Amino acid sequence: MLAKRIIPCLDVRDGKVVKGVKFRNHEIIGDIVPLAEKYAQAGADELVFYDITASSDGRVVDKSWVSRIAEVIDIPFCVAGGIKTEADARQILMMGADKISINSPALQDPELIARLADHFGQQCVVVGIDSYFNSEANGGAGEYQVYQFTGDETRTQKTTWTTFDWIEKVQSLGAGEIVLNCMNQDGVRQGYDLAQLSQARAVCQVPLIASGGAGVIEHFTEVFKQADVDGALAASVFHKGVIAMDQLKQSLRDQNIEIRPC
Amino acid sequence: MANTVSQNSNVIVDTGCANLSSVKFAVERLGFKALITDDLETIKGADKVILPGVGNAKHAMANIVKKDLVVTLQQLEQPVLGFCLGMQLMAQSSSESSLSDQNEIINCLNVIPTEVLPLEADGLRLPHMGWNTLTTVTDHPVFAGIEPGEYFYFVHSFAAPVSEYTVASCQYGSDFSAAIAHNNFIGCQFHPERSGSAGSKIIKNFLEL
Repeated sequence: MLAKRIIPCLDVRDGKVVKGVKFRNHEIIGDIVPLAEKYAQAGADELVFYDITASSDGRVVDKSWVSRIAEVIDIPFCVAGGIKTEADARQILMMGADKISINSPALQDPELIARLADHFGQQCVVVGIDSYFNSEANGGAGEYQVYQFTGDETRTQKTTWTTFDWIEKVQSLGAGEIVLNCMNQDGVRQGYDLAQLSQARAVCQVPLIASGGAGVIEHFTEVFKQADVDGALAASVFHKGVIAMDQLKQSLRDQNIEIRPC
Repeated sequence: MANTVSQNSNVIVDTGCANLSSVKFAVERLGFKALITDDLETIKGADKVILPGVGNAKHAMANIVKKDLVVTLQQLEQPVLGFCLGMQLMAQSSSESSLSDQNEIINCLNVIPTEVLPLEADGLRLPHMGWNTLTTVTDHPVFAGIEPGEYFYFVHSFAAPVSEYTVASCQYGSDFSAAIAHNNFIGCQFHPERSGSAGSKIIKNFLEL
């Protein structure tokens, strides 16, 4: 059976892995390549590298580390950050990344998704969505809204898209996978946003990856059982050693969730 | 150039697809060397040939035709290993054309006489993306030491049905070929270069044939 995926996410800035809380106050966690190797050996199913400043700074990710990662790890990995053109994507894929993930550039130019899918295949085009629950919107009923430029506090801004409309739109353009980052939960380890992810699941026919909020093993159990996501992404719980990969995977297997053993 | 090829040389055919360097790195992690090339003589003279591929069958075959590689690849007598789309290109034909003309059939290399058809996922989400287990494994030297139940990394929406050429199978909505072989050609639908230690074992078995 197809296994659910556990995906450590490494936020990258200036060649270092960093982690902030609610997208802010980044602290350095360590060097990219040894961390990537450590997670691959520990039993991660896939890795995601986000250059969190790239789109905001108007520059492309520093790419030299992509091929250094491809050299050492034998699991798939995805690179995100500032990929605005087919040429940007080609360069990163040629260096050995398996997928590219686009976020703010897709909001500015949605057709980019279609062009990338046509050139490189739907399977390697991931769309990242930063979604914030605005409780005052929609006449006080609350609404999930899509944000862009979340890597830079001074430029972070709300778009005109609601999250579920944008999920449908990116699929129609050829997105092969969606990573839904629930900003209210990011880095605070209070659990994934199960309500939002369940709603997203209902409109998402391609693989859906949950992001934001993992704090304890039970959060992973819940998100697979209740929101039926294909993968769960997390950062701080792995970087800080709060959750060990082997314990996590064994617990999920004990709960009869299909998981590749370490 | 042909005169740069030493004995026991391995080549990775430059199909113009994007995962060439990950395949090369996977070979190098095992302590072997491999040259990425589209030179006809170098490919003919190699000891082992790897045919990688990601993306769309129509575009990939068009690249192979443009590089004049078709006859050379078809006539290879040394062991040839295809990865993912590389496996699909070994088939007779693929129905993966383009979004604009979904009824077009793409003629492939026809070194393994089977077809590549849309994966019958029985309502499951596509692409079939992630780690899945092999359901059957036959006795093939490239699969030595690989057992049913082992996980490999798959990313695809098309597949070869189970047939007499199937050497390993997988299930996602329906059974399909996880690997097919005929004569000196073998292809894996999954990505051995991204399948952890089990994938490395496949590559090592092949390079040690």
